[in-house]
Amino acid sequence: MAEITLRINGSAETLDVQPQVSLLDALREHLGLTGTKKGCDQGACGACTVLADGERINSCLALAMQYEGREITTIEGLDHPLQEAFVRADGLQCGYCTSGQICSAVGMLAEHKEGAPSAATEDLEAAEEELSDEEIRERMSGNLCRCGAYNGIVSAIKEVA
Amino acid sequence: MRSFSYVSAPDVESALTAIASEGAKFLGGGTNLVDLMRERIEQPETIVDISRLPLTEIEELPDGGVRIGALVRNSHLAAHRVIRVRYPVLAQAILHGASAQLRNMATVGGNLLQRTRCLYFYDEAAPCNKRVPGSGCGALGGFARNTAILGTSEHCVATHPSDMAVALTLLDATIEVESSRGTRRIPIADFHCLPGETPDVETVLAADELITAVELPPVPVARNSRYRKVRDRASYAFALVSVAAALEVEDGVVRTVRLALGGVGTKPWRAREAERVLTGTPATADSFRQAADAELAAAVTLPDNAFKTGLAQRTIVATLRQLTEGSPA
Amino acid sequence: MTVVGAPIDRVDGKAKTTGAARFAAEYALPGLAHAALVYANIARGRITALDTTAARAVPGVLAVLTHQNSPTVKPAPKVSMLNLSTLVSGTQVNYLQTDEVHFDGQPIAVVVAETSASAKEAASLIRTEYAAMESTVDFAAAEPDAKVQPNNPLMRGEEKKGDAEKALSEADVTVDLRFTTPPHAHNALEPHSTTAVWEGDHLTVYDATQSIDWVRSHLAVRFAVPTGNVRVLAPFVGGGFGGKGSVWAGTLLAALAARATGRPVRLMLTREGVYRTVGGRTASTQRVALGADRDGKLRALIHASVARTGRVGGMPEQITSQSRHLYDAEHILVRQSLVELDLLPNTFMRAPGESIGTFAVEAAIDELAAELGMDPIALRMRNEPAVNPMDGKKFAHRMLREAYTLGAEKFGWHERTPEPGSMRDGRWLVGMGVASAYHPANRFAANVTVRLSADGTVLVRCGFQEMGMGGATAQAQIAADALGVPFEAVRVEYGDSELPMSPGAGGSMQTASIANSLLEACEKVKHSVQALAKRTGGEGYEDILRRANVPHIEAAVGSDTRFGRIAGQARFMTNFLLEQRRWVKAAAGVQFCEVRVDRDTGEIRVSRWLGVFDIGTVINHKMASSQLRGGIVMGLGMALSEETLIDPRTGRIMNPSLAEYHVPVHADIPPIDVSFLDDPDPTMPLGLLGAGELGITGVAAAVANAIHHATGNRVRELPITLDKVL
Repeated sequence: MAEITLRINGSAETLDVQPQVSLLDALREHLGLTGTKKGCDQGACGACTVLADGERINSCLALAMQYEGREITTIEGLDHPLQEAFVRADGLQCGYCTSGQICSAVGMLAEHKEGAPSAATEDLEAAEEELSDEEIRERMSGNLCRCGAYNGIVSAIKEVA
Repeated sequence: MRSFSYVSAPDVESALTAIASEGAKFLGGGTNLVDLMRERIEQPETIVDISRLPLTEIEELPDGGVRIGALVRNSHLAAHRVIRVRYPVLAQAILHGASAQLRNMATVGGNLLQRTRCLYFYDEAAPCNKRVPGSGCGALGGFARNTAILGTSEHCVATHPSDMAVALTLLDATIEVESSRGTRRIPIADFHCLPGETPDVETVLAADELITAVELPPVPVARNSRYRKVRDRASYAFALVSVAAALEVEDGVVRTVRLALGGVGTKPWRAREAERVLTGTPATADSFRQAADAELAAAVTLPDNAFKTGLAQRTIVATLRQLTEGSPA
Repeated sequence: MTVVGAPIDRVDGKAKTTGAARFAAEYALPGLAHAALVYANIARGRITALDTTAARAVPGVLAVLTHQNSPTVKPAPKVSMLNLSTLVSGTQVNYLQTDEVHFDGQPIAVVVAETSASAKEAASLIRTEYAAMESTVDFAAAEPDAKVQPNNPLMRGEEKKGDAEKALSEADVTVDLRFTTPPHAHNALEPHSTTAVWEGDHLTVYDATQSIDWVRSHLAVRFAVPTGNVRVLAPFVGGGFGGKGSVWAGTLLAALAARATGRPVRLMLTREGVYRTVGGRTASTQRVALGADRDGKLRALIHASVARTGRVGGMPEQITSQSRHLYDAEHILVRQSLVELDLLPNTFMRAPGESIGTFAVEAAIDELAAELGMDPIALRMRNEPAVNPMDGKKFAHRMLREAYTLGAEKFGWHERTPEPGSMRDGRWLVGMGVASAYHPANRFAANVTVRLSADGTVLVRCGFQEMGMGGATAQAQIAADALGVPFEAVRVEYGDSELPMSPGAGGSMQTASIANSLLEACEKVKHSVQALAKRTGGEGYEDILRRANVPHIEAAVGSDTRFGRIAGQARFMTNFLLEQRRWVKAAAGVQFCEVRVDRDTGEIRVSRWLGVFDIGTVINHKMASSQLRGGIVMGLGMALSEETLIDPRTGRIMNPSLAEYHVPVHADIPPIDVSFLDDPDPTMPLGLLGAGELGITGVAAAVANAIHHATGNRVRELPITLDKVL
């Protein structure tokens, strides 16, 4: 066990963890922040997506100790128009992937704003591609939704972008 | 996951000191190693966290090349303007791998060390010569859709899963490593090993060596380059076949060509035979096909992966055709 | 003012978009311990040695439970139609009670520890030796030995009209085809999770289940306590699709671990654990043979399937179900056969039977149309029956003609040039395909209470399950209209076995089942209010209740006493059988698909989708559209990429992972245009038919037909991966 301090949603949280504890388990099991979900624990579904210094990551593959000193934002720390847009566009059903979808979309919009390309970007030299449906779908493909709410998620993101 | 002790290294020197302990492993982005530890395939006794090392710069070199710190995140590399303009194949390869979240975590050095996605490697109950030398190969006679057709041995048919490494192979990147014995520079072609009789040995990297940087030489032809990845869904899946290609055509004749393949080789596969056959021939679909066939003549297939020979050939032809259309005539 | 039909936002949307919604593994009970499972890795045999020394030595480990030291658990009850909760057991294996192994993946030990990390580490240190016994795990090898499925009260294993084989041999134009479909996994994003706590002989479980009431009955039997001592809570369930319809090992073992340690225990299965311990959809082989006159009139329709169950459980899938109702063939033969394998039993997965059955029959119809040189829609309309083809029973509601007409127009079917390979767009070969969707409609008994308060608010209580279908929103809409109150005045309580008994969420029956009782309860409330008004006067609920000095009026439908439940179930069975004799009821529709196939690589992209559906009255257009889209998305996975790989040498699932089992991602899914005919079914409450399963049916066929149109290739083997198209 080791004592670490994580910066979560703007506040410092001190906790005792074993080195093998992931950031995801630290959030869910040690800090009671269960809004971040575990779907696969192997980086294959995106349900555990959180923002680290504003960048989206899979918290299941992040060891908690490795993220000491980084600014972590979870769904509980978000107050973003996307959240209401998801409800309006019905970009969710069971709700289990939703936190990850929303955190991922927040990170994605920031990436796009900074001009980051995606696999759907045809012209890599162009300064900024428009955020087309195809771009949104490619950029959000790291977040599975088994209920199949993909259309609604894309609509919600377009509404806010 | 087995328990381990954790050391965070503030600088290269302390990382190299910490790695000397028995059973120690470096941890970069964690996207592959943490998963493998959870699957009990990797069981390090000590984790040396190198993610805070100051190896995160992308520098343009005087000769027109680029030096990439080993801890540059995949997403940052792909978004870098110089890479996008001079080496689009590399940006595309990275962007076709994994997901945005994983690319934000994964490092350049770690990507080179990704381990195979062979189903039998991933299952501790299955025989696998890579995981447990001498235990046999479950993929032979088993599910082998995602296995290799080039560079295989009777002991192992596992593919190297990286997209980025295929592009780096195309670009003749050099990998800089450091250890307590000093620095050495390894051409990427020599970095990954064929399985032969020792599929557990995947690279020439010693256990105590740290990748510190990857250098790209100037590759003018790479300005007209592409990465084409064919997979079982539209995104977020490993390659069945991928093609990295760079092409320069002058007066309808192939002046310079570089070609590398993913998803089909036991290591990132530079298609030198195809390059040799193609250089100096007319830039036509026929020539492309002949070049692809020349490379794939060495393919050894299993019932599950036999389709990859034809798929690789057609993907090579399609990618070169696309580059021909984009190439200044 | 009607709210039924309105596209109201789901009421739990905020809880789900802020992270506030709590799922089964998210209850931080005081003293909570964590459990992890160890799985057998042989298909059949006995455990000869089990070394837990290293596991017990891991700091924080509280207990390692195996067959050598587990508390006693009663065996699963035998299946009985007199007590339908006996259907809920996923397998008949009594875990940790004997040294026997019945399938690869069977849990053989549970570790309980202070943290999940310690539990998992300890689980990885358990060493087991086995004496393997001969096993049958290879579906393809066993298939020739399949036996015709015995009849059950819901469906006969074989049905005939006339002599279909003879008619086939005499028909002008025939197709006689073999289709195969692989095993599938639900992959609800929430892994199966249970938090269990015992207080004396009282058990509370927070469980990821779509079957609250039956889980409660089942746990009571297994742990030998009165049913009333067990409480099951499932306010939010992270997707189910049938995979959470049964009691699987995780739920039982969490309760067992809690009992053995005296601590509240949380067990969240790993993704691998879900694959190893929760059944999925059976593999199938199907023969569809069709014989027709030159003008397209069907003379013979044969649909014969082979599927599998497990030696320790599983259920037959109604693969030929839709083939009994879709086409007016003169001679029909349907037959379902089964093999029994030493594998984790199969289970319900979204439209069990029809999802894969519609693939075969609707692809075969397309092939027959091509043989006849007919448009596939024209061929279907040529054979659209007026009454149920098998026996002349009436259709309760049948609007396939209307669905095809509207769909063809909206999709632009007339722009399709019939010749395969004739439509191109650059490097893409473009194809358009169509298929029918079909799913039987039913309802179960449900108990509901409705309370109207003097402040004008309404509380609806029913222990149903919410996995994303939007049950609370839909039932609030129904209650609002039934009572004539604003939608916002209605609150719905659900997801708790303490509430009036709801049937499980399955068979697309939940909404209709509850609506039926809810409407009746609302009527009772209105009658009571009217009676009050006669006595004390007043206008409007609030006024009447205030004048009468009555704080609230409550009405109940159904009784949760033991006898009440038996009576309810008997009423249901009687009603079900009577209705089955009178009507053929179903939701139906049509799926239109446009695909693009890369001419070089065979990569398939679905570029456009349109569905027109008859689900009777639509309660909430927004949520119903989402549910249909969800079915279509899962159908696209089934069509193009999904397959559970079971190694025929070992019976072991080799891709127990979301990385290697490919469910569709965002990039795979085009805009999906969903329309409803919105015409009430006269035999169902409010005229509504279920929407949960219909969407997946017909999808794989529409894709396969479109791929044929694009490329000229017929692929009869799912999933249709690019190598099969090249």
